[in-house]
Amino acid sequence: MRANTWAGRNKVEVRDVPDPKILNSRDAIVRITSTAICGSDLHLVDGYVPTMQDGDVMGHEFMGEVIEVGSRVPGDKLRVGDRVVVPFPIACGACAACAKELYSCCENTNPNAGIAEKMFGHPVAGIFGYSHLTGGFAGGQAQYARVPFADVGPLKIESDLTDEQVLFLSDILPTGYMGAEMCDIQPSDVVAVWGAGPVGQFAMDSARVLGAAKVIAIDKEPYRLRMAEQAGHIPVNFDEVDVRSRLLELTGGRGPDKCIDAVGLEATHGSAHIAAYDRVKQAVRSETERPHALRQAIMSCRSGGVVSVIGVYGGLLDKFPAGAWMNRSLTLRTGQCHVQRYMRPLLERIERGEIDPTRIITHRLPLDEAERGFELFKNKEDNCEKVVLKS
Amino acid sequence: MTQLASREEVQARDDEVQRRGRELGWMSLGLGVAQLAAPDAVRRISGVDDSRTSRTMVPLVGVRELVHAAGLLASRRKGIWAWTRVMGDAMDLTSLGLAIAHRDGRRRRRLIAVTGAIVGITALDLLTAVQATRAQRSGSGRRGGHMDLTATATVRKPASEVYAFWRDLANLPTFMAHLEEVRTTGDRTSHWTATAPFGKDVEWDAEITDETPGERIAWRSTGDADVPNAGTVSFVPAPDGVSTEVYVSLVYDIPGGAIGKAVAKYFGEEPHQQLDDDLRRFKQVLETGEVVRSDGAPWGKRARKEFPQRPAQPLSDAEFEKGPEA
Ligand SMILES: [Zn+2]
Ligand SMILES: [Zn+2]
Repeated sequence: MRANTWAGRNKVEVRDVPDPKILNSRDAIVRITSTAICGSDLHLVDGYVPTMQDGDVMGHEFMGEVIEVGSRVPGDKLRVGDRVVVPFPIACGACAACAKELYSCCENTNPNAGIAEKMFGHPVAGIFGYSHLTGGFAGGQAQYARVPFADVGPLKIESDLTDEQVLFLSDILPTGYMGAEMCDIQPSDVVAVWGAGPVGQFAMDSARVLGAAKVIAIDKEPYRLRMAEQAGHIPVNFDEVDVRSRLLELTGGRGPDKCIDAVGLEATHGSAHIAAYDRVKQAVRSETERPHALRQAIMSCRSGGVVSVIGVYGGLLDKFPAGAWMNRSLTLRTGQCHVQRYMRPLLERIERGEIDPTRIITHRLPLDEAERGFELFKNKEDNCEKVVLKS
Repeated sequence: MTQLASREEVQARDDEVQRRGRELGWMSLGLGVAQLAAPDAVRRISGVDDSRTSRTMVPLVGVRELVHAAGLLASRRKGIWAWTRVMGDAMDLTSLGLAIAHRDGRRRRRLIAVTGAIVGITALDLLTAVQATRAQRSGSGRRGGHMDLTATATVRKPASEVYAFWRDLANLPTFMAHLEEVRTTGDRTSHWTATAPFGKDVEWDAEITDETPGERIAWRSTGDADVPNAGTVSFVPAPDGVSTEVYVSLVYDIPGGAIGKAVAKYFGEEPHQQLDDDLRRFKQVLETGEVVRSDGAPWGKRARKEFPQRPAQPLSDAEFEKGPEA
């Protein structure tokens, strides 16, 4: 089959690789009809997440048709011919984490748990196409994928919704939604979202769906801010204005009640010397993150507010504003999305027309043009917001 | 377990080495700081204040002491650092000897006093280095001795079920990387086969020495096993009322000589990691029914080393046919 693979730092390559096979009895093989490039793929390509190997099949947002199931996949859960969206974390459904619906922390699905434990203190779940630290599972930017625990994760789509309407249930829509949900939004809340990329856009939409009074989008790309504005959110361009002053201005001096960091470890911007400090430390790998958005969110949030982090962080960061966090009673919440928990309720919201996931798609390319898709998305060329790959 | 020397004894020896290593570390730190902060005083007291070279040498020796201090205080491998100190001592004694030959009067007397002190310190360094090296050998099993391993995991199943799975000893090879087969030969006896560190399988008989159904199993090898071993596993209900905490403790009596070396090598640098991984697979089997495989580590318990892995891409038909031996 054809598959998009990691070919070294800042390099992906569509190659011929073997077709996937059933390895465990609860596996299914899915013929992929649509897949996407995610912002966190960029962290892998940039080399900030360790343990990538030449030839790793990338991609963790995908959907398609079940063409084979293992002997222990019950027929009432999944059958050949079913149309499914596959969540990016691989979860067993049986461990203590799964029992608490903390699917991205599943205790059983990462065969490289020992490595993840050294890095994170405790292991995390296996993730498709997301380094060997998260299990070494081949990803979904391919024609076919092996899906372990197929009786737990995949969501069957039984209505006639299009691929583009449901594809993002695999990752960025639930991720954005969880970012807003962790904010415990009240009707009077002003919610500020750092990053108007795909996850940020969905965090904004979700904050509104959950009843926020005002939603603010912070980014520097005019086309992304325009996209947020068209969806009814208030744009703030950090290249043009001082973010904290503007946020105070928009909130009567209080600061946003809830702040969402949808940027993560590769934030650009910040005061020149702090940015340089982070850039240098990141370059020599003594700090893996450039946590500018997180620092700014903590400093801007109103006292007693919530800072919700859905941007990806990989390792260690410096100059964390612990004083602001502690002295001003802030709540910090975070997590890789527990996608399985949100898929069905969000599918229902899509069916009811409350959220339109298709609004962020700017590019549709054949799988064979994945390399160009990465270039467009990474360099924000041609107003690229979200690339969907079709095979 | 009479055939195995007491674990406490080994532990006590190691504690002693660690303590002495730390003391030497603090002493190095003190000497290093003094030589860097007040080199002139150090030069006067030791009687080399008339020499130009000592102006450069004293701070350099100070830096060396600080390096030793860092090593001795921060590292558990006190042996190596103690040996580097011994080498430093030898250098100091040589230069002091040269200096004594060229001095007289008060300076000579001071130099002799300092030399005496350094001789004492050297003896202490030498003792620590030798003991640390000996402790490390027996600790890691390189040249024969003990290997004690413990690990624990929580399995989300009731203790009765977790116990029953383990008590059926034939199940152990499904998750323990080194075990090939465990065959039950009697009510309490069994025959174990482990994959070979030197081209042939290692086999031994074992007996259950103590058991409380649902709570604890203890066993040990019998007869003249190549690698005498013993273990216990306890099953303790977890506070959540659903899960079971599993505590495993294993002791291997690693023989000396070629076999011992091969065994130690076979267990690898990270025997604790391997037991942790065994228990993780035990949990997987009980909670999900089998060992989870990924494209990077497709052979379950056969993935003996986590790295380097094969790339995270599907296996070719040939690789799939060949299986784990490929
Ligand atoms: Zn993603
Ligand atoms: Zn789980």
